Order: sequence, then C-alpha cells, then structure tokens
Amino acid sequence: MPNSLKNIIYIVLITMQLILVTLSDVGFYDAMSLYILLLFATAYSMAMLLGQLTTLNNKYKFVKPLIPTLFAFMLILTWESIVKGYAISPILMPSPSNIFTALINNIPMLWADFKQTYLKAVVAGYVIGCLSGFLVAQWAVRNKALKDALMPLGNFMSAIPIVGIAPIMVMWFGFDWQSKAAVIVIMTFFPMFINTLTGLQSTDALHKDLMHTYAAKKSQIFFKNQLPHALPFIFNALKLNSALALIGAIVAEFFGTPIVGMGFRISTEVGRMNMDLVWATIVVAAVAGSLSYGALALLERSLLFWHPSYREGKNS
Amino acid sequence: MKQKLFSLVSLLVIVIAIWYLAALLMNGNQLINNLERKNQQWTYSQVIAGAYDVKRPMLPAPHQVGQELIKSIIDKPVTSKRSLIYHAQITLNSTLLGFVFGSLLGILIAVGIVHNKTLESSLMPWVIASQTIPILAIAPMIVVVLGAVNITGVIPKAIISMYLSFFPATIAMVKGLRSSDKLHEELMHTYSATAKDIFWKLRWYSAQPYLFASLKVAIAAALVGAIVAELPTGAQGGLGARLLSGSYYGQTEQIWSALIVAATLGSILVWLVGIAEKVLLRRRGGLDHA
Repeated sequence: MPNSLKNIIYIVLITMQLILVTLSDVGFYDAMSLYILLLFATAYSMAMLLGQLTTLNNKYKFVKPLIPTLFAFMLILTWESIVKGYAISPILMPSPSNIFTALINNIPMLWADFKQTYLKAVVAGYVIGCLSGFLVAQWAVRNKALKDALMPLGNFMSAIPIVGIAPIMVMWFGFDWQSKAAVIVIMTFFPMFINTLTGLQSTDALHKDLMHTYAAKKSQIFFKNQLPHALPFIFNALKLNSALALIGAIVAEFFGTPIVGMGFRISTEVGRMNMDLVWATIVVAAVAGSLSYGALALLERSLLFWHPSYREGKNS
Repeated sequence: MKQKLFSLVSLLVIVIAIWYLAALLMNGNQLINNLERKNQQWTYSQVIAGAYDVKRPMLPAPHQVGQELIKSIIDKPVTSKRSLIYHAQITLNSTLLGFVFGSLLGILIAVGIVHNKTLESSLMPWVIASQTIPILAIAPMIVVVLGAVNITGVIPKAIISMYLSFFPATIAMVKGLRSSDKLHEELMHTYSATAKDIFWKLRWYSAQPYLFASLKVAIAAALVGAIVAELPTGAQGGLGARLLSGSYYGQTEQIWSALIVAATLGSILVWLVGIAEKVLLRRRGGLDHA
C-alpha cells in the first residue's frame, strides 16, 4: 500500500532528525545549512501523520490524547534543533534538554520553592478566597442591598490589575507566605462571588415552586435545587481561580520574600543569568498549574455527569 | 435604579469609613511604637491627631492618597518623570499594542482551529493548557532576555500583554464561529457557497457578540501583563515601575496613587471596548443575544 510506504518514510525522516539532534555537535546548522531542510521535512511529516491520526475512525478513540502529545513533541524537537543547531547562547534560550537537566539536578531546591509558594501561600489563599466568595454570595442572594452594592464592585475589580496590591500586602503581612496568601484571597474572592451569585440566581422559578409544593425545607431547597444549578458556575470560578492564585503568589514574591519560593527563584536566577534554572521553575509551575486544573476538571466531570455539556459528549 | 445607586453609595461610604478607621489603628500603632522607642510620653489625643499625617504611613488615609494624586497628576507637567500621566501613558502604549496583536493572533488561531480538524485536535488542548501556565511569572525574564538582544522599550512588554490577551479571544472566537445558525449554514450550502463566503458572510457575524465579550477580558488581562512586565525594568517608567519603586522606598502614598491610576485606566479601557461593542452591535440591528 503506498499510504503505509509514505508513513514509513515520514517516520524515518523523524527518526533521522532525532538522531541528528542527539548525536551531532552543537552548531550543526551553521556548519551545514542544508540540514535545515530535514527539519522542514520532519515538520511536514509530523503534520501529515497528525492529519491521518485525526481522521481515523472512532474505533481508535484511544489515540485521540496522543495527538496533542505528538504536537508538543514536534514543538520541543524543533526548539531543541534550532537552539542546538544554531548554537544559540543558553542565556537567551536554553534547550529543552538543558532545562530538563537543571530540573533533575535541583530537585531539592525546587521542591522547597514549591512547598513555600504552592503548598503554603497558594493553598491557603485559594481556600480562604474561594470559601469566603462562596459564603458572601449565599448572603448576597438573600440580601438585595448587599447584592446591589457588591455586584458593580465585582465588575470593577475584574477590570483592574489586582496584583498591584502585592507591595501593600507585603508591607502589612510581612515577607513570608501570609502576604502572598492575602493577595490571592483578594484576587480569588470576586470571581468566586460573581459566579456563585449568578449560579444561585440561575435556578428555574418552576423548580423553586415545585420544591415549595413539596414543603421542602430551606436547606433542602439549597442542597437539592440551588446548589446543583450553581455548581457549573462554581467550577468555572474554581478553575479560573486556580490559575489566578499561582500567578498572584509568584508575582507577589517579586516584591519581597524570604530566600525561598518560586517567584524569588525566578527573579534571582534571572539576575544571575541562569536561564535553565528559571525555565525549570516555570516547568514546575506549569505542571502544578495544569495538574490542579486537571484535577478540578475531573472532579467537575464526576459531580456534573448529569449536566447537558457532559451528556452531549457521550452521544457524539 | 435609585435603590441600586443608594446601595452602591452606602457601600462606598462604609468602605471609606473603614479605611479611615484602619488607617487610624495601623498608623497609630506605628506612631506609638515610634514614640515609645524614643521614651517619649504620649496621649491618645496626640496619637489620633498625628495618625493622619505620618510620613510613610502603613495605610495612607484617603485624603493623603488624594493629595498625592493631585500632586502627581495636576501639579506636575505631563512630561515630568514624576507625573503619573507620563507613567500611565507608557503602560497604556504596551497594553494597547499587546492587546491588538493578541486579539489578532487569537482570531487567527480560532479561524485555523475552526477550519482545520488536525489543528483543532493538536492545538486546542495546548491553547487551554497555556493558560494554566503562570506565564506572568516569566514576564521579567522575557524583558531581560529581549533586552540582552537589544529589543527594549515597548515590545517585550507588549509580548506579555499579547500572550495574556490571545487566549480569551481564541476561545470565544472558536465558540462564536461555530455558533452560526445551522439553517443558515445549510442555506449557504445550497447556494454552493465556498468556505470563504460562509466565513465572511455568515460565521464572522455570528462570532462578533462572542468576540466583544472576550475582548473586555482580554484588555484587562493585557493591562495586568503590561504592569507586571514593568516590574523589572526599574527606572524605565510605567505604572509597574512606580509600584516597585514605591515598595522599595516605603512610599505608600505613591503605591496607592499608582494603584488608583491603574484601576481607573483598566475600567476606562473596558468601558471603551463596551462602547465599541454597543455601537457595532446596534449597527447590525441589535442582535446582542445572537
């Protein structure tokens, strides 16, 4: 079959590129500029292979998650080839392999940074911020004056750069993780508040009346009607806040911190031009961010299996 | 409407009252500590009188911030390095540049994703994953690195803003471009319209309401990006640089006034996008909920 022959050629091209990158000396594009053609050929073959994978029929559903992985692999391969091939100084752009080595060599330090920034500041701030946003929304849904006052304020807060309060919080709560948690509380409060409020108000009036005819207690109405309706909105806010919280903590550490923490690591290692270590810290942050986002998405899926947006996926 | 205004105004009054009280407590404590260190006698009336004009207070009272704002906006000429207008305009430049490029990039990616299945399944997960990466954290690094190859000034900051603002545009455009009415699409199909025709005559219009909703988010994000990107540039100016120098020298009034200017700038930008949205959507017959 010519198609499978083509595929073999594609795979051979990609393997050749891999061998070239791993075995050649640094600066091979400068030495032999024709090698760049191989990179183009590899990119083309990868695109073709990806195209075939996407059009596979439903029987091979399990390859679906493979597609973005291969795409990322191609990007990293291109990055590595260009950095190595043109011998770009590691100060400008370290190669993925350098970053990986830096990551492996500095695990204890990066773990300490992670503990300081993520496990202390982010978790504390995130929990307090989201919980208080949720509780105040409960209150505001019953109290119209509070709602009218806080809603415009919430919209206003979403338009302004809240990370700017970081220096003030550092001044008030000291250099340690408490000041970072305070920044996160303020950053996460309003998204949670607005989303919960919208969610609680989205309940169907008919459902409410029905609950009333069943003589449902207030707590029952809340747990069986309002809360399930609000959950999609709440999860939206939780996911949004998980990204915001990490950003808040890292940026707040630029304004002063004890000698540990991811933001501290980034700002000092930039100063010392240790770019591979900076990138390694960013990899840690990215993995932490994606994992927490993914965990929330999984939790949402298991709690909201009944929601139309998840049911539709099953039919198609 | 009147009731809403009343709630808002009363909230503002409460906030300002709490602010004054907190300023009294925090600055008063500072003052008392100071006096006790010098072994001086103090009375409460003396502390209360002094709490509102401490130099470098923990929490400047609203009128102190107001004075600083007047001093740095009205009294200083716009070209002066101490004028907040000067710094705000620096930040605004990179915000707008980043916002424009970010939105264009976001729209382009969305068009690619909608028209190409391979691109969708390979790129879309990474577009979402890109936002779980705290890219703001590497803002200082990008500025430093680009500075090393002699790219300084507005472009590194604009790149950060661009990265932050492309995502909302992409997500909303993918949703918007797909939201065109099935019947309309089929009608276009019976006219044997090409993909280009369908895009320009149908999809582009169905996407507009989504686009504007996301542009509001994007421009706020672009402002945050510009401010954070200014943190390491130090003396070069911008609201972020004001925040950092204020924090280094303990100039709390300077921090607060820079914050207030940043907040005002943010709300004006979002408001302007809102106006553009209203004008454009009204011209096409008020299809706000398309």
